[in-house]
Amino acid sequence: MIGGILSLELLISALRMSVPLTFASLGGVFSERGGVVNIALEGIMLVGAFGAVVGTYFTNNPWIGLLTAMSFGFLIAFIHAVVSITFRINQIISGTALNIMSAGLTTFLSRLIFKAAGSSPHIEGMVQWRFPGTNWQISPLIVIMFTVIIISQVVIFKTRYGLRLRACGENPYAADSLGVNVIMMRYSGVLISGILGGLGGAFLSLEHARVFVEGMTTGRGYIALAGMIFGRWTPLGSFSACFLFGLAEALRMRLEGFGIPTQFIQMIPYIVTMCVLIGVVGRAVAPAYDGIPFEK
Amino acid sequence: MIRRILINILAPFLAVLLAFSVGAIVIYILGENPLFVYKILLINSVTKVDGWGYVLFNATPLIFSGLAVALAFKGGLFNIGVEGQIYIGAFACAWFGITFNVRPLIGIPMGLLFAMIFGGLWGVIAGYLKARFGAHEVINTIMLNFIAIALTNYLVNNPFKEPGQINPIPQTKELFSGFIIPRVYPLLNKLGINLSPSVPLNYTFFISILFCVIVWYLLERTRWGYEIKAVGLNPKASRYGGINPNYIIILVMFLSGALGGLAGVNDVMGYRHRFLDGFSRGTGFTGIAVALLGKNNPIGIVLASILFGILDRGALAMDVFTNTPRELIRVIQAIIIIFVAIGNELIFRLLQRLEREGE
Repeated sequence: MIGGILSLELLISALRMSVPLTFASLGGVFSERGGVVNIALEGIMLVGAFGAVVGTYFTNNPWIGLLTAMSFGFLIAFIHAVVSITFRINQIISGTALNIMSAGLTTFLSRLIFKAAGSSPHIEGMVQWRFPGTNWQISPLIVIMFTVIIISQVVIFKTRYGLRLRACGENPYAADSLGVNVIMMRYSGVLISGILGGLGGAFLSLEHARVFVEGMTTGRGYIALAGMIFGRWTPLGSFSACFLFGLAEALRMRLEGFGIPTQFIQMIPYIVTMCVLIGVVGRAVAPAYDGIPFEK
Repeated sequence: MIRRILINILAPFLAVLLAFSVGAIVIYILGENPLFVYKILLINSVTKVDGWGYVLFNATPLIFSGLAVALAFKGGLFNIGVEGQIYIGAFACAWFGITFNVRPLIGIPMGLLFAMIFGGLWGVIAGYLKARFGAHEVINTIMLNFIAIALTNYLVNNPFKEPGQINPIPQTKELFSGFIIPRVYPLLNKLGINLSPSVPLNYTFFISILFCVIVWYLLERTRWGYEIKAVGLNPKASRYGGINPNYIIILVMFLSGALGGLAGVNDVMGYRHRFLDGFSRGTGFTGIAVALLGKNNPIGIVLASILFGILDRGALAMDVFTNTPRELIRVIQAIIIIFVAIGNELIFRLLQRLEREGE
């Protein structure tokens, strides 16, 4: 039984499970490094999943679907930015409202567009890329994911933009006094998180399910946030954490087949995150001004 | 003072009005008459006795959940984990309800008490982690929500699953009769109000009103309340005032979680008489909206809960009698939250400026 469970197949399955989490998690890194907590990621992923299906449904082109997903995610993130940065509303309240809104809106529109409750019709998935000269196939989104991870790591830690973004999360007043436009930087972080969160959602509907199901993210946005914390607000760390969570999910799906209650495996990401927060598995410290509105 | 009260009432009212205007525009774009849709929404909720019965039934868990969020807010904490506390509290009272066969005089208070204790303890986890390790309660309560949902999902699917059950949603056995909170229609019928027996409105509603009074009394008339508010306003200053903020944080999370646990009672003891997997469906999150709209004030919370109860009831009618999907109501609810929050902030700034100019 153990041999059947632990295999290369499991690792591949874990990688696929981790893709939507990783995208959203990277989004969280950009947003929170700039000082804005983005629990709206759950809603952003959901509209992303929905957007991907809508775009693909009308054009039969998953790449258009991907673009739609990113723009839908961008829109929700934009509202979050306006409400929490410009109006300086509590970021958790804004995020919670947007999650409720996204759940309502996607279901509402899905019923209007597809004239059916529950889920959309099936759509074309992405054409897989083939490694030259072999039979190995890989989803283009996975390639994009690895690219984005590396770019994010470089951008956040090796560029001027990244330095300024981090400054806005650590001490916006100091950044401001040095001439950094804190408001603009924070907007950019949140908007990037919208685009990435939308991509994460798109993977769910375009690759996993090939259909939009109402409320299909089922808390993955929150797991992505957990991954971000576990990964100590860094892109590489977030990916490692999300891969671990993906592994837990892949394992859970295997074990379900054996009739083992899997709820306790389901809890792993949440319990691990709590342990990280209290410093049991190495301490994670958030950016100092994470979640605190900036008032000039 | 009068100006402040006026603004406090005016702002939520305007927010609700604005949200409905946005909804009206959406309905209009879809090619339906917004007035017709809104009329349907109201006719089936507030023009009939039965409609009101359902509205108050819907409002009951929201009142508890709104109180839970508001109490935590007063103590400077954001309890986003009411949803999890509801599941844990509801499961605890169902567990005792299927275990002990006692008389209603003992069973009902016992059920309430266990819902409170277990919901409270679930809340205390986040409170303790905050007080002891400084771990932010928002992330921890979110995590605890999912743990609670998975845990009760396990319990109701395995050790506590009703044998030979037909219902596709997993559920526990039925509670012993001593734990069942009766419906109110016999009383109302005696008073000449014609509520049909099919309306699930039960005495939990009155319990929720009682708890509004208790929470008000606690916050405004007791030492605990004073200390909670002091810590909420400024934990550092309260320490100089001889208050131990860590103790208050744990206390607040217990009380808030206890109120959250009670939000599960309406369904378990008053309606289905068993624990149903996944029954809450976001009541804990709607509580955040209720607390915001009600300005953390018990009367405001009752009014906000009734408004949301009307919306929930009306949403069903919208599905049946119009072509507008009922999820529009959820969108409107979310818009209300955002507008109220923005309104609160703008008014706060306006008042600050007025006070500064007054000096």
